Amino acid sequence: MNAPVYAVENLVIDLYTPSVSVRAVDGASFHVSPGETLAIVGESGSGKTVMTLGPLGLMPEGVAVDLRGTARADGRDILTLSPSELSALRGGFFGVIFQDPMSALNPMLKIGPQLASQAQKYAGLSAEAARKEAVSLLARSGIPDPEDRYDRYPHELSGGMLQRAMIALALAARPRVLIADEPTTALDATVQAQILALIRTIQKEDGIAVVLITHDIGAVSVLADRVIVLYAGQIAEEGTAIQVLTAPVHPYTRGLLASVPDFRSESATGTKEIPGIPPNQAQLMPGCRFADRCDMVQATCHSHRPRLQTVGLGDVPHRVACPVVIAAEGIVTHD
Amino acid sequence: MTDVKQADPPAIEAQGLKVHFQTAAGLVRAVDGVDLTIPKGAFHGIVGESGCGKTTLARAIIGLQHATEGTVQINGRDRADWQKQDRKGFARAVQFIFQDPLGSMSRRQTVGQTLEEPLLIHSIGNASERKQRLAELLDLVALPATVLDRIPRSLSGGQRQRVSIARALALNPSLLICDEPLSALDVSVRAQIVNLFARLQAQLGLTIVIVAHDLAIVREVCSEVTVMYLGRVAEQGVTKPVFADPAHPYTQALLSAVPSPDPRIEAPRPRILLAGDPPSPRNPPPGCRFSTRCPVVEPQCRVTEPQLRPVAHSGQAACHLAAAESHAVI
Ligand SMILES: Nc1ncnc2c1ncn2[C@@H]1O[C@H](COP(=O)(O)OP(=O)(O)OP(=O)(O)O)[C@@H](O)[C@H]1O
Ligand SMILES: Nc1ncnc2c1ncn2[C@@H]1O[C@H](COP(=O)(O)OP(=O)(O)O)[C@@H](O)[C@H]1O
Ligand code: SF4
Ligand code: SF4
Ligand SMILES: [Mg+2]
Ligand SMILES: [Mg+2]
Repeated sequence: MNAPVYAVENLVIDLYTPSVSVRAVDGASFHVSPGETLAIVGESGSGKTVMTLGPLGLMPEGVAVDLRGTARADGRDILTLSPSELSALRGGFFGVIFQDPMSALNPMLKIGPQLASQAQKYAGLSAEAARKEAVSLLARSGIPDPEDRYDRYPHELSGGMLQRAMIALALAARPRVLIADEPTTALDATVQAQILALIRTIQKEDGIAVVLITHDIGAVSVLADRVIVLYAGQIAEEGTAIQVLTAPVHPYTRGLLASVPDFRSESATGTKEIPGIPPNQAQLMPGCRFADRCDMVQATCHSHRPRLQTVGLGDVPHRVACPVVIAAEGIVTHD
Repeated sequence: MTDVKQADPPAIEAQGLKVHFQTAAGLVRAVDGVDLTIPKGAFHGIVGESGCGKTTLARAIIGLQHATEGTVQINGRDRADWQKQDRKGFARAVQFIFQDPLGSMSRRQTVGQTLEEPLLIHSIGNASERKQRLAELLDLVALPATVLDRIPRSLSGGQRQRVSIARALALNPSLLICDEPLSALDVSVRAQIVNLFARLQAQLGLTIVIVAHDLAIVREVCSEVTVMYLGRVAEQGVTKPVFADPAHPYTQALLSAVPSPDPRIEAPRPRILLAGDPPSPRNPPPGCRFSTRCPVVEPQCRVTEPQLRPVAHSGQAACHLAAAESHAVI
C-alpha cells in the first residue's frame, strides 16, 4: 500500500464550553493513502467531524480545545504549525467539502470568481488561467452551462448545484486529501447518487486520498475502501469495507447494520433497533462505552475499556474493540 | 390492505387537489392535480424529491393549507364541512406531526405539560384521569415517567419524536399524518421510531400517512406508497410490488439511486443516474413533467400529459410507456 498522506495517531480531543467539558475523541488513530477512500462512520456526536478536521485547526467556534496526539500530512507534523501555516496547508493540501455548502461559499460573491481566486492562490495560476480553470472545475463537477453559472451567486443555485460548486471549490487548490463531511446528507436520493458518483470519478482520475465522514451506510458501500466505525469518540471497529459491512464483529457495528434495511437483499433483516441512545460524552463511565445498549454485555464491560484487537490479517487488518464477542465466538486474534 | 370492508369509507379521499402559491416570481404549482385514496388501516408512505409537494399535499389534506382546487373527504365526510361544523371533533380524529418536532413545541413547557395540553383543550377527564392518560401515553411510546418534568429541548432527537407522537395520540385519533418524522434522526434511533409506528398502527388500528425520504424504510414498513414528482402523483400502489416492479421511469430512477448497504451487491449493480435537478414548479414542462430528465422519453411525452392508469403491479402510474406495457401484460 502507498505511504499515508494524512496520518493521525492516539488523538485525544477535549472540548470545553462554559458549562460542560466533553471528551469528543478518545485515543483514535487513522490514516489515508493516495487513491484510497476511508469512510468514518458514526452517529451524530460520535466525534467524526472533530476527529478529522480538529487536527487541521477547524474546530467548533466558541469552544476551548485541548488536543493531544500526533497528526502528519505527508510526513510533516501539523500539530506544531502556526495558525497561518495551518491555514495555508488547509487551502492547498486539504480540500474540505462541508455538509452545508453555504458555510464554505461566500454568499455575497459570485461562484466563479470564488473558485478562480482559490485556484490562483493555491495552484499558482494567472488570473486568466484561473478563470479557465474555474469554468472547467464547474463543468467537471457536473454543473450544466458552466460559463453562465460562473457569474451566478450561491443563492441562485439549487442544493445539489451548490454542493457541486463546493466540490469544485475544494478541488480548485488541487488538494492531495479531499475530506467530505456528510457531503450528501441534505440531498435527495437522486442527487446523492450523482454526488457520490462525482466524488468517485474525481478520486479515480486524480488519485487523491478521500476521507468520507458519514452516518449513511449506503454512501460507505458506494465509495469506501476502508471503514472506521466510531462510537462515542472511540473506534469500535475498522477494516476493509467488505470486512466491516459484511462480516461485522463489534455489537455496535452489527446493530447499526441491522437497523439499515436493504430492499435488494433477500437475507436482510429489516429494521432491528439498538435500544437506548448514545452516552452523554460529558459524563462518560469507565469501561466500554456501548455497555448500556449492548445485548452481549458482561460485568467486566463496565470496568474495562476494550482495546482494538486484530481479528483478520491482510493488507488491511480487521480490528475490533470487543473482547466478549471475540471470546464468545472463538475468533482468533493476531496481536 | 385487502381485507378492508367495502362499506367502510376510505380514511382519505382527495380528488383533483391543487395548491398554487402566488409569488413575486410567478405562480408556484406546488400541488397540481392529485387524486389519492387511502383506505382505513393503511400505513401509507409519500415519497419524492425535495420540493415535489409532499408537505404541501399533506397540509392541504388536513386543511392546514388552503387548496386552490379539489376536494378532500376524511372518513367519508367532506373535510372542509367537518372542520366548519365540529372543529374539535375533527382535531380529535385527525392529528398531524410536523417536520420539525421542536418547532411545534413550546420552549418553556415540560413534556408533561406538552402532553396534557390537548386533554385540557378538549376538556378530557379530571386531574387524576389525565395523569393516568399521560402514563398510558408514555407507555405507548416507550418513554420513562422521568421525562415528564423535562423540557423537550433537553431530550435527544428520538425522545423528542416520541413526545410528539405521544402528544398526537393523546386524543385517540383514527388518522395520523406525519411529515418526515424520521429524517432528523440517527440511523439506529430511526429504526426505533419506525418500529414504534408499525407497532402503534397494529395495536391501535390507526391509519398512518408518513412523508419520508428513506425509501428503504418505506419499503420495510409502509403497506402502500405514493411517488410524487413536481406536484403530481407519478406512481402509486402496494409497496412491495411497486418496489419490485416499478412502472414509472422516475420511480425506477429513484429506487436505483438508493445504494445497497452491502458493497458486494452495490459494486456490480447497474445504476440509472438522472441528469440534473427537477425543474421548478413555477414552470413545469409541457406534457409529461418528467420528460426533461426521462431516459426513455418519446416525442409524444413532450406534448401529452400522461394520466394515472393501471399498471402491471396492480397499482397505477402516470407514464405513456408504462401504460402501454401494462396493457400488453394484462
Ligand atoms: N407558502 C409558500 N409560498 C410559495 N411557495 C411555496 C410555499 N410553500 C411551498 N412552496 C413551494 O412549493 C413546492 C413544494 O413544497 P413542499 O414544501 O410541499 O415540498 P416537499 O416535497 O415537502 O419538500 P421537502 O422534501 O424539501 O420537504 C416547492 O417548490 C416550495 O418552494
Ligand atoms: N460547538 C460545540 N460545543 C460543545 N461541544 C461540541 C461542539 N461541537 C461538537 N461538540 C461535541 O463534540 C463531540 C463530537 O462532535 P462532532 O465531531 O461534531 O460529531 P459528529 O461529526 O460525529 O456528529 C460531541 O460530543 C459534541 O457534542
Ligand atoms: S465490550 Fe462488552 S459492552 Fe462493549 S461491545 Fe463488547 S460485549 Fe458489548
Ligand atoms: S410519459 Fe414519457 S417522459 Fe414521462 S415518464 Fe413516461 S416515458 Fe418518460
Ligand atoms: Mg459532523
Ligand atoms: Mg417537506
